[in-house]
Amino acid sequence: MSKKTILEMKNISKSFPGVRALQGVDFKLCEGEVHALMGENGAGKSTLIKVLTGVYAKDEGHIFVDGNDKEVSIHSPQDAQRVGISTVYQEITLCPNLSVAENMYIGRSEGAGTNWKKMNEDADKLLQSLDIPAKATQQLASCSIAVQQMVAIARAVDMDCKILILDEPTSSLDEQEVEKLFGLMRDLKARGVGIIFVTHFLDQVYEICDKITVLRDGKLVGEYEIKDLPRVKLVAKMLGKELDDMSDIKGEQKPYDGDDAGEVVLEAEGLYSDAGIKPFDFNIKKGEVNGFTGLLGSGRSECVRAIFGADRVLGGHVKKNGKTIKITKPLDAMKNGIAYLPEDRKNDGIIGDLSVRENIIIASQVLRGFFKPYSKAEANKFAEEYIKLLDIKTASADTPIKSLSGGNQQKVILARWLMTHPEYLILDEPTRGIDIGTKIDIQKLVLKLASEGMSVTFISSETDEMLRTCSRMVVMRDRKVVGELSGDDLTQNKIMSTIAGGDK
Amino acid sequence: MGNTKKKEAGFLSKIVRQQLFIPIAALLILAVFNLIADPSFFKITMGASSTGDPVLSGYLITILDYGSELAILAIGMTLVTAASGGQDISVGAAIAIAGSVILRVLCGTNSRPEELQTSVFVAFIAACLVAMLFGAFNGILVAHFKIQPMVATLILYTAGRSIAAWINNNELPIISEPTFGYYGGFIPGIPIPTPFFIAVICVVITALVLKFTNLGLYTQAVGINEKSSRLNGLNPVFIKFLSFVILGLCVAVVGLIKVSRFSTINYSVIAKDIEMDAILAVALGGNALSGGKFNMAASILGAYVIQFLTTTLYKFDVQSDALPAYKAVVVIILVVLSAPSVRAKLSQVGKKLHAKEVA
Repeated sequence: MSKKTILEMKNISKSFPGVRALQGVDFKLCEGEVHALMGENGAGKSTLIKVLTGVYAKDEGHIFVDGNDKEVSIHSPQDAQRVGISTVYQEITLCPNLSVAENMYIGRSEGAGTNWKKMNEDADKLLQSLDIPAKATQQLASCSIAVQQMVAIARAVDMDCKILILDEPTSSLDEQEVEKLFGLMRDLKARGVGIIFVTHFLDQVYEICDKITVLRDGKLVGEYEIKDLPRVKLVAKMLGKELDDMSDIKGEQKPYDGDDAGEVVLEAEGLYSDAGIKPFDFNIKKGEVNGFTGLLGSGRSECVRAIFGADRVLGGHVKKNGKTIKITKPLDAMKNGIAYLPEDRKNDGIIGDLSVRENIIIASQVLRGFFKPYSKAEANKFAEEYIKLLDIKTASADTPIKSLSGGNQQKVILARWLMTHPEYLILDEPTRGIDIGTKIDIQKLVLKLASEGMSVTFISSETDEMLRTCSRMVVMRDRKVVGELSGDDLTQNKIMSTIAGGDK
Repeated sequence: MGNTKKKEAGFLSKIVRQQLFIPIAALLILAVFNLIADPSFFKITMGASSTGDPVLSGYLITILDYGSELAILAIGMTLVTAASGGQDISVGAAIAIAGSVILRVLCGTNSRPEELQTSVFVAFIAACLVAMLFGAFNGILVAHFKIQPMVATLILYTAGRSIAAWINNNELPIISEPTFGYYGGFIPGIPIPTPFFIAVICVVITALVLKFTNLGLYTQAVGINEKSSRLNGLNPVFIKFLSFVILGLCVAVVGLIKVSRFSTINYSVIAKDIEMDAILAVALGGNALSGGKFNMAASILGAYVIQFLTTTLYKFDVQSDALPAYKAVVVIILVVLSAPSVRAKLSQVGKKLHAKEVA
């Protein structure tokens, strides 16, 4: 029972100035298939998808749709939609201030008039048939991110899409929401829709996908049936080497010495901010790596933002090395040797149009003072030093940071804070959306910094990553600290049960 | 052979990508146009000033003279644009206020004084303070209350000229002291208009400030990403506020030049529509009007190019009422050329040409 091929991309090539993003890549998708597109950052996944959806024009190659042997030409997202290709991106690209139904039908009405009643009825019918918990007349912004994503999918389905591209749809969803999304994907699969699924989460690939295509450095590594490619092999294919770095790093962190041992660097008591977290206590010791864990939205980020003064602190005390300090704005925290790598790299981290160099020196420069700018030579020296130290892949220090890949942008932000020589480094999701190679680099770096005496708070939604690096974990649920785990308690099961509440 | 051509093309595209290319290209086009239409445009003669001293005159000198006012304003407008991603449209009205303050301080209660009540320096300092205060008013509205800059400055744009008239009780003071005319005219013995020297001083100070402080870096950082700037210890509210105060200072300087030119003031006409030219100078300098990165040199050059355009239009007897229409054409061309889609098309065309050449 060979399924019908609904999309075939042959020998696709695409170059950007200085980079060959895709080199002769083939890709095939059958109907009713969930096909994972895997690869590190810079492997060419996004480029391939953008070629397919008409965002980029391909330099070479052919695209066939629906088993036709006539090539289709796709020059714009509208062209792509016309041949039945729809995309749902990581960031929601709908209009949050319109209603669900309006979002589903916007830009598609024929003629000038709109039959609002019919539109809403149609929308409700479709939402119901796809089991999406939203009302047609509800404002989109009032739905959760997951539902918004489903609405985007519903819109695609209603446009008779045969090929659905999901680009990192799960990165901002919690587990239950992911399950719902997967339910919807299975439903679509049964209807014969071919789904291209781009994700960084290995678990999810193995849960839902039928096939995997791996790209590396703009080239096709291969197409595999999911059952023929165990995880370790997949990782090896993506990295392009047979190394066992993942297990290598395990257990390297030094165990927690107990509450009495070690000198406390920073201590918070009853701290809370206007971001809606309950007052919490917290401390970190010299050379320790600890973490905040909990489901998305449990208040992990809000806690560290309160410590750094990023949100408005409403109450509580913070002591550093035993002395009470007052942090009302990020600069206060920075002056006290605290550094914070924010969760939202694009909106809170990078300063897009500025060069890599300026992005590296900015925090140190602010600390140094308004009237003491670094000379061009000094700034260059620092930039080159950190580009080398963290192996940042950039054409030059003058390149605008926005043209770097996600992983390298993250390294620049990391370099920015390392340059301030902080005593206490807060990393909020430093590895989100970046490739495995860089992830391991960052984990290793965290352990190295800690061994040199820096205190680090490491937050990640991937628990195993935290288990590899943290010696103590603060567990959160519903914006409240519900437990602290260390030593033998640091296991996946124990964390799960603490998050869930009660030992079960 | 092919190789050298490739290099040439690379070199050419490098020049085109330089931000200064836009104002320089505009300047060249205007110069060539004048050269063909009427070369006498470039003639500079030795004339006599109102005091009888020998001074240079000609269209180029006019450009140097009036372009300097714009250049000074362009400095402040560039910073405001970069930090806030918007423009201050109250500049002309604020110049009226600053000029009015200078006259008021110089004249005291008598609107036709025989001699000045204080030195011009004191009057100028007073004007600086007042103009910076109004700049601060705009700055607070924009930075603290997060009102769109154009909307926020619309208030002063509407009210400014009345405030200026009110400062002098609606009288028109006239200064008979000849030395007061030096700032907007000529200093005896020097044949080049004084505003040019004032502009040079302002530019030098700006260059020093940009070199020896972090004003440039901070302003750009805030303009590009306010949230991220705050998390790096910057105070975006203060930096936006500061840019408006600096523009206030520029306004006071131009106010002095303006009232010195005529030794009096006409509240409803003085520096009318000058804000549009200042904004245009920033745009012509290739700076994004949505804020972020800026190039000060390009803005300043842009200011002189705008004046070049204005003077050219005057030379060809375009009515002053019709001037804005011609400038609008320039704005349209600029905006279209700087639109991302057009840029992408242009670079594609460039690539194709290049490919053909190589073949």
